[in-house]
Amino acid sequence: MVDEYPEEICGNGGLVEIRHLYKSYRRGSQTIPVLNDVCLSIQAGEFLALMGPSGSGKSTLLNLIAGIDRPDEGILLIDGINIPTLSEAALAVWRSRHVGFIFQFYNLIPVLTAFENVELPLLLTDLPKPERRQHVEVALSLVGLEDRMHHYPQQLSGGQQQRVAIARALITDPTIIAADEPTGDLDKVSAEEIMELLSGLHQEFHKTIIMVTHDPRAAAKAHRIRHLDKGILNCEDEDYKPLEL
Amino acid sequence: MVYLYNSMVFKIIYRNILRHRLRTILTVTGMAVAILSFGLLRTVVGAWYAGVEGSSAYRLVTRNAVSLIFRLPLAYLSKIRAVPGVSAVSYSTWFGGIYIDEKNFFPQFAIEARHYLDLYPEFIIPEEQKLAFLKERQAAIAGRQLVEKYGWRLGDIIPIRSTHYPANLEFVLRGIYTGVEKSTDEGRFFFHWDYLNETLEKNAPNLANHVGVYIIQVNDPDQAALVAAQVDELFKNSLAETLTETEKAFQLGFVAMTEAILMSIQVVSFLVIGVILVVLANTMAMTARERMNEYATLKTLGFQPWHLVGLIGGESIAIALIGGIIGLVLSFPAAQIFRSALSQYFRIFHVSSVTLIVGLLTSLGVGVISAIFPSWQAARVSIAEGLRRIG
Repeated sequence: MVDEYPEEICGNGGLVEIRHLYKSYRRGSQTIPVLNDVCLSIQAGEFLALMGPSGSGKSTLLNLIAGIDRPDEGILLIDGINIPTLSEAALAVWRSRHVGFIFQFYNLIPVLTAFENVELPLLLTDLPKPERRQHVEVALSLVGLEDRMHHYPQQLSGGQQQRVAIARALITDPTIIAADEPTGDLDKVSAEEIMELLSGLHQEFHKTIIMVTHDPRAAAKAHRIRHLDKGILNCEDEDYKPLEL
Repeated sequence: MVYLYNSMVFKIIYRNILRHRLRTILTVTGMAVAILSFGLLRTVVGAWYAGVEGSSAYRLVTRNAVSLIFRLPLAYLSKIRAVPGVSAVSYSTWFGGIYIDEKNFFPQFAIEARHYLDLYPEFIIPEEQKLAFLKERQAAIAGRQLVEKYGWRLGDIIPIRSTHYPANLEFVLRGIYTGVEKSTDEGRFFFHWDYLNETLEKNAPNLANHVGVYIIQVNDPDQAALVAAQVDELFKNSLAETLTETEKAFQLGFVAMTEAILMSIQVVSFLVIGVILVVLANTMAMTARERMNEYATLKTLGFQPWHLVGLIGGESIAIALIGGIIGLVLSFPAAQIFRSALSQYFRIFHVSSVTLIVGLLTSLGVGVISAIFPSWQAARVSIAEGLRRIG
């Protein structure tokens, strides 16, 4: 599908290719521009941190990459697929297969146990129950919560809840892990643990991680940091350098 | 996979129902009370129509054309019997008496016993009791419910004072009939018309030798209209013109007198459902609004809008059905209490299977309708909006 687009659009041939992306929101009769002519290229296996002040559009950009929002204009290719052209139903299927999302406030379903929360994305696959169980147990052991499987979110600390969210994001072996301020609601110690976990998972499984953060210490774990300011990430500023993994 | 997925859906629905227990208990209670009221009001309407439901297509009723309060001469009997298509004729007179106290109201009929009981096969009476009744001038038969209510036994003397005639009569209970169906009226009291007539010949000769109505049995229900017309033609331009109609039409005439009340009861029953519909719809809308973030999370994970519709609809339908079933179950003891307290007005008062089905379908409908708006909201809300995250 990449062949359908001219080479200059495909840029560096990265996993994520964003060119001249625009996004605005309507508030009443007002149109508020959020992203303005954004260009970005992210290679497979890269750990990118998106930084910027509040309202700079970093979470909006992450949402667009994760396929949970649509741009007004521009090209957004992920693994060769132009995401904005997909229908809602197709986009939902694509998200379930290719994106693992980590939220700032964990967003676990409170009536489900840690095990059931992690199992949720697998319910959309054809995996039989024994295999699902096995996958969930492995994912929870990866984040060090094998002994908290049957606890409900309210019975877990913030750090533990975020670990469950990370396990849920990993469970389908997605192409991209999108993390929106994953340490934003955690104390310093827990935040460091989560970043160690994300960094370790990245090193071990070479997942493409795109992380929005305010925290410079968290951003320091990434291979590359891009700064958004007032929705601008200029195409000329693209500073991609091949990774040495 | 589908089964396993469904089991998770049911698990989420079940746990969500228990999430705000007080809210759920109050909503279920409201639903139960609404369906209980709906069921009872429908049963009241059904009781009103019990006479209509129990009527036979083979029976015609001939009454005075002016009004039911005017009687017909006994001399009409032989003429009616001679009309082609008539297989049997009997007659009865409303006695309208009081048993001991005015509050003890039940319908009493003076009947021409020989044919009357044959015309009403739905009243089952043991043969020996029937013979005992036919033999004795003062004998009476009563329905099972009536006998149970007053604790009568065969051979008991039952004094009844009429409010229509100058007659205070004493009867000997010789028979107890039971209904062939649950809906058959078991609250009637029958005695010999001859016994009443003898008394009237002494006390009020001008009232004697008249009957309230003639009951005609036809050979063929399809010929009922023709037979009725022929009967009425016989007495045209006489001092007591007749009006002959099917038993069903005759009973409907009574119901029509109280149609406004019945209409009000039906309107109230639907208003009750309307109120609980609004209550449940509000509860579900509130619930969905509180969980919008969770729905957005599920959408992020790849769940489709119809998955959310299933979760919200399932919860709404479950709450409505639990409340509805509780209400319907409670309607049985409630109907029993109602029947005991108001037996003089509603002799047939049982919750019918139609009422149960309508109650269940109404509960289901309330559950479905209540889920429409919150489901639509959850399905259409964008993920970003649902997560309330604008970076």
